[in-house]
Amino acid sequence: MAETEERIIRYNDAFKETLAELLRDDPDVFIAGEDVGRYGGVFQSFAGLNAEFGDERVVDTPIAEQAIIGLGIGAAAVGLRPIVDLMFMDFVMVAMDQIANQAAKMKYMFGGKATLPLTITTTGGAGLGAAAQHSQSLEAWLVHVPGLKVVFPSNPYDLKGLLVSCVRDDNPTIFTLHKAMLGSQGHVPEGLYEIPLGEARVVREGSDATVVAIGRMVSEAEKAAAALAEEGIEIEIIDPRTLMPFDIETVIKSAKKTNRIVIVHEAVRHGGIGAEIAAQIQEEAFDYLDAPIGRIAAPFAPVPFSPSLERAYVPDAASIIQGVKDALHRNG
Amino acid sequence: MPPTEQTKISKEVLFDLHRRMVRIRLLEEAAGQLASEAKIPGFIHLYVGEEAVASGGCVALKDEDQISSTHRGHGHLVAKGGQFKPMMAEFMGKATGYCKGKGGSMHISDLDLGMLGANGIVGAGVPIAVGAAFANKYKNNGLVTMAFFGDGSTNIGAFHEGANMACALHLPIVFMCENNEYAEYTARDRVMAITDVADRAAAYGMPGVIVDGMDVVAVYEAARVAVERARNGEGPSMIECKTYRFYDHAGVSGLGRTYRSDEEVKEWMERDPIKLFEAQLAKAKVMNEEQAKEIHAEIQAEIDEAIEFAENSPMPDPAVDMLTDVYTEAS
Ligand SMILES: Cc1ncc(C[n+]2csc(CCOP(=O)(O)OP(=O)(O)O)c2C)c(N)n1
Ligand SMILES: [Mg+2]
Repeated sequence: MAETEERIIRYNDAFKETLAELLRDDPDVFIAGEDVGRYGGVFQSFAGLNAEFGDERVVDTPIAEQAIIGLGIGAAAVGLRPIVDLMFMDFVMVAMDQIANQAAKMKYMFGGKATLPLTITTTGGAGLGAAAQHSQSLEAWLVHVPGLKVVFPSNPYDLKGLLVSCVRDDNPTIFTLHKAMLGSQGHVPEGLYEIPLGEARVVREGSDATVVAIGRMVSEAEKAAAALAEEGIEIEIIDPRTLMPFDIETVIKSAKKTNRIVIVHEAVRHGGIGAEIAAQIQEEAFDYLDAPIGRIAAPFAPVPFSPSLERAYVPDAASIIQGVKDALHRNG
Repeated sequence: MPPTEQTKISKEVLFDLHRRMVRIRLLEEAAGQLASEAKIPGFIHLYVGEEAVASGGCVALKDEDQISSTHRGHGHLVAKGGQFKPMMAEFMGKATGYCKGKGGSMHISDLDLGMLGANGIVGAGVPIAVGAAFANKYKNNGLVTMAFFGDGSTNIGAFHEGANMACALHLPIVFMCENNEYAEYTARDRVMAITDVADRAAAYGMPGVIVDGMDVVAVYEAARVAVERARNGEGPSMIECKTYRFYDHAGVSGLGRTYRSDEEVKEWMERDPIKLFEAQLAKAKVMNEEQAKEIHAEIQAEIDEAIEFAENSPMPDPAVDMLTDVYTEAS
């Protein structure tokens, strides 16, 4: 890992490469999902894996989301380390019983005896004109369920380290790629490395306000930061990377420094993860806040199809800039 | 199709079957073209090659009957009476579309036509069709519901739950399977241990028949029997139509793909349902080549007009339209 040279690869290729390395590393790891085998996945995120590892380890399943998750749970319960794929995050709802009632609760209900080293991979997010049932960000549904770990990588480097940690973790984890980021690029070392689940990353340091950004919103926050810097406003950006466990310490530290917080995510604002983060911040750092905690998120509607509506629906750098300015212009 | 059987069907019905198929084909070709020019955003799942299924099925229905659909839903809506202008506008995300631009290709619907919606969730339309059939029985209104679904969707729980419930409750419904041998890019034999979806019908206690899904008359005949059974209170039936999509799962590429061979695609294209039917109609002296051409041209003109309408239509306005239609407002 001690590489000095940058190796720039695509987010989607980082995913595929990590899976290949994990399959080579541990014979108990297998992958199952719709179109992931022969075809290599609808986004080609699994391309070549079936050819290298065969039908037994890279399994094409029927369209059967409940059974796909169940396959993972059962196999994990008796000793394998499954990676099961839900093509779109929206299909989490189709499989919700297996995820929330079975995978998440088995250990607790069985008095600690069950161990479920299960990784669920999926793709979330809007921006591709995929409409209401293929564009959602459902992290709030998942973090509400005790027993699950929820991971949202925002760049190729984190993707690899977090995916390795998910697969090696002995708990059910849900690992969400963002469809609109598949072609984005970044430095990724060869070989397996871990990024601990529950450790946020300070993407950019700043003193005027803190933006907590999730998933693809991290890159939008970086664009906002560049524009704000030209106006003399320096924002700190925090990427939690994992939403459960959540690294509240890093956020609190930043809140005490900048005194102004804006949280940005793609999911619907109402009942979104931003509400939980805001609640925790005010519990720990109320006296440090100079403005109400801002939340930049989607309006209370399903993801619309029309480009004119979808553009206005998904938060972007402009809405983050506005959110930061609102926080700055309030003097507490 | 032996001509003797064909003579049992009125000329009016034969023309109707033909017209609905051509309406689907030409709309789909135009939509595919516009999608490849990025004038239609998002994914688009074309029905080209499968026209005989929706047309044969819907001609056997009354206008007031209902259908449920799939992610590949344009053909179902057209066959149920969908108009080109609001369809084209919806594909382009315009405010004048059937769903005001909020649903797009994958959610296109018009409840006024008894079309319960295209659906982004595989299998999800089946239980909804069961609900409509339940309501028809409840109201004793003599209406029938037809659920369209793919081979791949018969592997998901929603399908099995819906089929069993419909049979247990003895509902007026027809299960219309479009078996095109693939679910996205995965061949049927990799994910099903049976060849014929119709085999599943027996497990729920309904008749299951297999028809040539490229033969619109065969589909229509089977649908008529099943619809009549449902209307007479004799319960559900399943029809499996062996068919094929000429284009890719999504978009317009057809040949040169790794998951199915060009030879296979070409073989199926030889059995183009519209060409087959036009040849039969010409042979039976019901419609000659000239008449068929005229019908194509007339429909094409209507589509060109619809494209112009859609292109000149406004986009929805986020300030006005974003938050409407989430709830029904108290009246
Ligand atoms: C619950 C669910 N799982 C997966 C998908 C992704 N998907 C969309 S269409 C499709 C294949 C459907 O196959 P089939 O039912 O045979 O219909 P066809 O596309 O062949 O018409 C899949 C897997 C989905 N939309 N919904
Ligand atoms: Mg199919």
